[in-house]
Amino acid sequence: MVMEIVCPAGTPASLRAAVKAGAHTVYCGFADETNARNFPGLNFERDEMREGVAFAHDHGSKVLVAINTFPRAGGEEMWHRAIADAESAGADAVILADLGLLAHAAQHHPNLRRHLSVQAAAANADVINFYADAFGVRRVVLPRVLSVPEIAAINAETEVETEVFVFGGLCVMAEGRCSLSSYATGKSPNMNGVCSPASHVDYHEDHGDLSAKLGGYTIHKVGAGQPAPYPTLCKGCFQAGEATGHLFEDPVSLNAEALIPQLAKAGVTALKIEGRQRSRSYVAQVVRNFRAAVDAQAAGLPMPEGMLASLTEGQATTAGAYKKTWR
Amino acid sequence: MKLSVGPNQFFWKADRWAGFYDDMAAAPVDRVVLGELVCSKRLPFYQDRIPGAIETLAAAGKKVGVTSLALITLKRERKLSAELIEAGVEVEVNDLSMLAYLPKGAPFSVGPLVNIYNEGTLAFLAGRGATSICLPPELPLEPVRVLAKAGRDLGVEIEVWGHGRVPLAISGRCYHARLHRRTKDNCQFACEDDPDGLEVSTMEQQHFLAMNGVQTLSDSFACVDHQIEMLRDAGVASLRLSPGTGDFAALCGMYRDRLDGRTAKGAIAGALEDATPGIRLSDGFLTGAAGVDWSGARAD
Repeated sequence: MVMEIVCPAGTPASLRAAVKAGAHTVYCGFADETNARNFPGLNFERDEMREGVAFAHDHGSKVLVAINTFPRAGGEEMWHRAIADAESAGADAVILADLGLLAHAAQHHPNLRRHLSVQAAAANADVINFYADAFGVRRVVLPRVLSVPEIAAINAETEVETEVFVFGGLCVMAEGRCSLSSYATGKSPNMNGVCSPASHVDYHEDHGDLSAKLGGYTIHKVGAGQPAPYPTLCKGCFQAGEATGHLFEDPVSLNAEALIPQLAKAGVTALKIEGRQRSRSYVAQVVRNFRAAVDAQAAGLPMPEGMLASLTEGQATTAGAYKKTWR
Repeated sequence: MKLSVGPNQFFWKADRWAGFYDDMAAAPVDRVVLGELVCSKRLPFYQDRIPGAIETLAAAGKKVGVTSLALITLKRERKLSAELIEAGVEVEVNDLSMLAYLPKGAPFSVGPLVNIYNEGTLAFLAGRGATSICLPPELPLEPVRVLAKAGRDLGVEIEVWGHGRVPLAISGRCYHARLHRRTKDNCQFACEDDPDGLEVSTMEQQHFLAMNGVQTLSDSFACVDHQIEMLRDAGVASLRLSPGTGDFAALCGMYRDRLDGRTAKGAIAGALEDATPGIRLSDGFLTGAAGVDWSGARAD
């Protein structure tokens, strides 16, 4: 079986580019706080979603709609409407994280396939099976805290399909359970669909040093002429005890392309690429490369090597928690 | 309003751990939740003291609960979690995996590390047997109000994070081990020297966070001294105080006095600032623009 490539689309143009590049499946969200990539200029209006789904279906691809933030108390209606609109747009599944929303979807949209978002941080077979029993969840996006052997063990204990991240941004913390951003800025992934938002970023020059600040906190400090990375909170340079450095994580992104054979062997159904905020040319290139890799894998051919080097140039990559020593 | 003592988040030696719960038996609090929240590797060091602590607290009239881990992944953690109910006291769910282990209909409480942001989720958990819920610390006052009302309608007591370093994130990676260039499996218990967590500051010496093994907390100590009246008006039933070193029973007493009207708004913060000049307090998640904000600072 060919592993399914699940690609991000922040815009209708990216969706079309991903589909044309060979994406089996595209995921996207509505242009509001119901999805975890609620960035200005991104995401889909209702009519764009209908057209995007039709385009994908015409080309034999599927569309998943991420409704994966946690509905606001007193405002759940917006999230309920998003599910109804995803269904009427013809989406192949919705990606949900919130218990109440899962219950609502299972009750009111029983025929709409439900996937469990990484934001639910379901990290063992027992809780995954609970989501399947309680809400009919058919697929889980695994949190990025698990090693490949642990993923294999989960697949041995559940009928729920698993989907894992293989490329792009990397959360160090269990997703959906992190309030670092709202502590520093008031804006959180769970409530607002944003992390370390650009609205709270400030670059500041002092005595030749450049500080990248988030909510007033210095996340990176570099000498003159050096590039200052975007101040994503958990990838900053800090001090503790006698140590100074990237105490939580280096400014790296995830690249697990080399692990595709092991992930296939571990029983993983789908490989997910992060990056709804990325350009359509980036998305198309990543899709083409991963599609070539899974096709080679299914045919028993060797993996194409170093295919994504140009996309991660200048930035270090990691296989993250998939290798146990990362912890 | 009631007072609850949450599970200790840090790695304390067994004698300190047991001594703390002896103190809590005499402290003016209504409920005490104990057990290991953060890292299953710590548990063997004090596990045999848990039954005694439960007994002491129960004999002193406290309602006692035992917490689940915040992140359950390993096989032995799953087994441990499935056996929690055998402690004979109410389980506090801090990882939703517990819903797979609790017998249907058995009452349970829900801790602050479960994502309860709305009425739908609250109703689902109430239907599964939740009797009390401590809301996520990042929730602002307005949703707290909505959820406290929904909780009242469903017979679920709503608790709010009242005091202590705020749990902000949990990870598969151990930062204490990483700091000492070790892996999590070979951590050598690097976290045991930091009984309130290890302070993390920025390159410009701004106090910012605290690391505690796989957990990341706020540097500041949350303190709801300025919001007690608002929380009571909102229908919040209980405040949670999170264990730390120092005279914690005295801290409980300060909150009790404040709740019972024996002291006025600002008394707790004032006493803490007198006792520890330069102490950093926060209440921004409830009423500020960002979690770190402190309404006391604006009043000065």
